[in-house]
Amino acid sequence: MIARAQRSFLPFALGAGTLVALIAIIEALIRVGVINRFIVPMPSQIAGAFERVILEEDIPHRFLVTAREAFWATMLLALVGVSIGVLLHRVKLLRDATETWVAAMASAPTVLMYPLFLVIFGRSERTIIMMGFVAGLPAVILKTIEGLAGTRRVLIDVGRSFKLSQTQLFWKIYFPAALPTIFVGLRLGMIFALINIVGVEFLINFGGLGQLINDLAERYDLPGTYASICFVVLVSVVFFFLTDRIERWLRPAD
Amino acid sequence: MASVTRLDPAARPAAVSPLLVVDDIVKSFETPEGVVTAVDHISFDVAPGEFLAVIGPSGCGKSTLFNVIGGLLDGYDGRVTVAGETVKGPHASIGMVFQEESTFPWRTVTDNVAFPLEIAGMAKAQRIERAKHFIDLVGLHGFEKRYPAELSGGMRQRVAIARTLASEPKILLMDEPFGALDEQTRLLLGDKVLQIQHELKQTCLLITHNITEAVQLADRVLVMTYRPGKLKRMVPIELPRPRSSEIVSSDAFGRYVAQIWGDLREEASRGMRDDEAHRGGAS
Repeated sequence: MIARAQRSFLPFALGAGTLVALIAIIEALIRVGVINRFIVPMPSQIAGAFERVILEEDIPHRFLVTAREAFWATMLLALVGVSIGVLLHRVKLLRDATETWVAAMASAPTVLMYPLFLVIFGRSERTIIMMGFVAGLPAVILKTIEGLAGTRRVLIDVGRSFKLSQTQLFWKIYFPAALPTIFVGLRLGMIFALINIVGVEFLINFGGLGQLINDLAERYDLPGTYASICFVVLVSVVFFFLTDRIERWLRPAD
Repeated sequence: MASVTRLDPAARPAAVSPLLVVDDIVKSFETPEGVVTAVDHISFDVAPGEFLAVIGPSGCGKSTLFNVIGGLLDGYDGRVTVAGETVKGPHASIGMVFQEESTFPWRTVTDNVAFPLEIAGMAKAQRIERAKHFIDLVGLHGFEKRYPAELSGGMRQRVAIARTLASEPKILLMDEPFGALDEQTRLLLGDKVLQIQHELKQTCLLITHNITEAVQLADRVLVMTYRPGKLKRMVPIELPRPRSSEIVSSDAFGRYVAQIWGDLREEASRGMRDDEAHRGGAS
């Protein structure tokens, strides 16, 4: 029992210790002048700015706005991205015709398309959500195809030997077998979506944390800017935690 | 000995109408090197409650035959019937156990074994109760809530056997189910299969390349030739039942093994030469 607790505590302690050490090194480098303190604020200053941005800049509300945009983008990714992935896996002609384009789209800087989305959806949360969705879509589609195509032949044969219909084969075998890979795609998609969401909030000066980062940067409040970036990381952590819980619920064996 | 393609009538159990009839099966595949005949005019039958083993060297078409009988492969000549009904695709009377590890990793032992019952629409409480019976039968009592990743290879294969048995097939069709296991586990699992067959009076068809396993388990052993896979000889195994793995040390067992190896040796050598030539090793 004690050994088990030690085993689970050790990685956490190592990770946290490394982070603290890195912060201390950066603090020291800034203090001795190796890093310019007018470009990069000291971690101690960033820590001091947390209370101020929370109280004065309405962080909880902005955090919720960005989290809400990320949530809807992720929902769209799960519904549309996974569905397209399933469709492309099922219809080989479609897959052969489009897979290369989808892969190419994954490396395209879609954030630069924000003026087009502004024209279509206006300066609103919808633009931000759609930009996040488009950025994450290729990863979800490609990983869904990969997961379904990677289903072991013998599991499909087991299903066929029990005379499963095509629908049963999908829901009872293909889908659960592909779930771990689909969730990798969803997490990747979520990362790309969040980057784009905060990026577009920043660019169009609208919404949650991205807009705040823009405001604080323009005021040259660097400690406040970096403190706000920490909250963006927190959004990401919350979504990773939630997707991990959902995956464990769907596939408890993993 | 000359190759034969028809079953020697003397080797059939007399006066019992067969449950499974494999009649003149020919299956060929298109390959880049041309058409390859995997199974060539194979015919045999299996009586109710009988245990038949099909043995042959690697590449003799054993797995092709397994897929044809199980209804997973079509486009062949000949006919497979179960209790007079022609098999066209997977058949409810034939339960398949695969060579590869085939348990569902996302399901517990109980949920794996209950899978065919769930597909059949049985109520949850009833199917869990039914699954428990088959879990006990394969000796996995106490492991009901474990996932396959928490079990050994032999235990996982027992889960696969229990899952197939839960569908209550008339014929248990197994393709080298212990192929990936060590010899001791293989012998012990052979005991378990013998015990299950004895309790359920289960008709079994085992595809294997292991002579010891074939003689330990079967009432008759069908020896196949190397490619194209033809029926070379049907060997009745007249060892007493019920059997256990202890029988492997008997003189009679050794004689059967030697007899079958005598038939197989030439075929296995041919397979090895063919494989070496294919890989460019022969001049």
